[in-house]
Amino acid sequence: MGGASDNIVNVDIVVPNQTRYLGLIGNIAEQIAKELDGFTGDRDTLAYHLNLAVTEAMVNAIQYSPSSDAEKTVRVCIHIEDENLCIRVYDHGQGFDLNTVPTPDFEELNERGRGIFFIRALMDSVDYRKTECGNVLEMRKKLT
Amino acid sequence: MMNILTEKHNGKTILSLKEERLDAHNSAELKDRILKVLEDGRHHLIIDLAQVRFIDSSGLGALLSGYKNAGLRSGSFVLAGLQPRVQSMFELTRLHRVFEIYASLQEALGSG
Repeated sequence: MGGASDNIVNVDIVVPNQTRYLGLIGNIAEQIAKELDGFTGDRDTLAYHLNLAVTEAMVNAIQYSPSSDAEKTVRVCIHIEDENLCIRVYDHGQGFDLNTVPTPDFEELNERGRGIFFIRALMDSVDYRKTECGNVLEMRKKLT
Repeated sequence: MMNILTEKHNGKTILSLKEERLDAHNSAELKDRILKVLEDGRHHLIIDLAQVRFIDSSGLGALLSGYKNAGLRSGSFVLAGLQPRVQSMFELTRLHRVFEIYASLQEALGSG
């Protein structure tokens, strides 16, 4: 039944800024991918990619949250309309300049520095900016 | 606490991760557990990832830490049983060229 316009999803979640909630948020992103109407690509791969992108973004937000943050929460919004998926992850920290995050040197065996790389590789666009609700990491993907 | 089954087999130590996710929530613990095994004098490790269906960048980092620390002790550090999408993350970051990876624990036990 129905066409692509049936795909309207709006999820807005606030959780404590603790890594124990990564699985919960990641699984919600996976389930959304698995329930999409009219998506003809590899659903399980899309589910993994969304899980990973939201997990990395949330870890980023937790790391950038000040320890004195009164709210101590992370807000994650997942919005889908037709074939456009947008994930926003908010933090209340100092923020950072996304443009200065380098591509990892694959010859160097650094233990860190692959999170933003994964997001860039798996999503179509990524943007980080200040808003009145805090900083937001916004990731977009075309679902075709 | 992270669920890891540790077994010895012909001079090798197998660490089987009984977790679906290896992410920033449990990667520091995995790193510590691997270090502890190495410090106990067991330098030939097989990490069985067959039950891990999700890995993030910090999970890869914990495994790299184990790989480097085993190398410092002239040991070995091999991975076994990667699920296809987990394997894809190693490929995306070129780490499949760094780690010795076996399709199954049986194959890893039969190596070297």
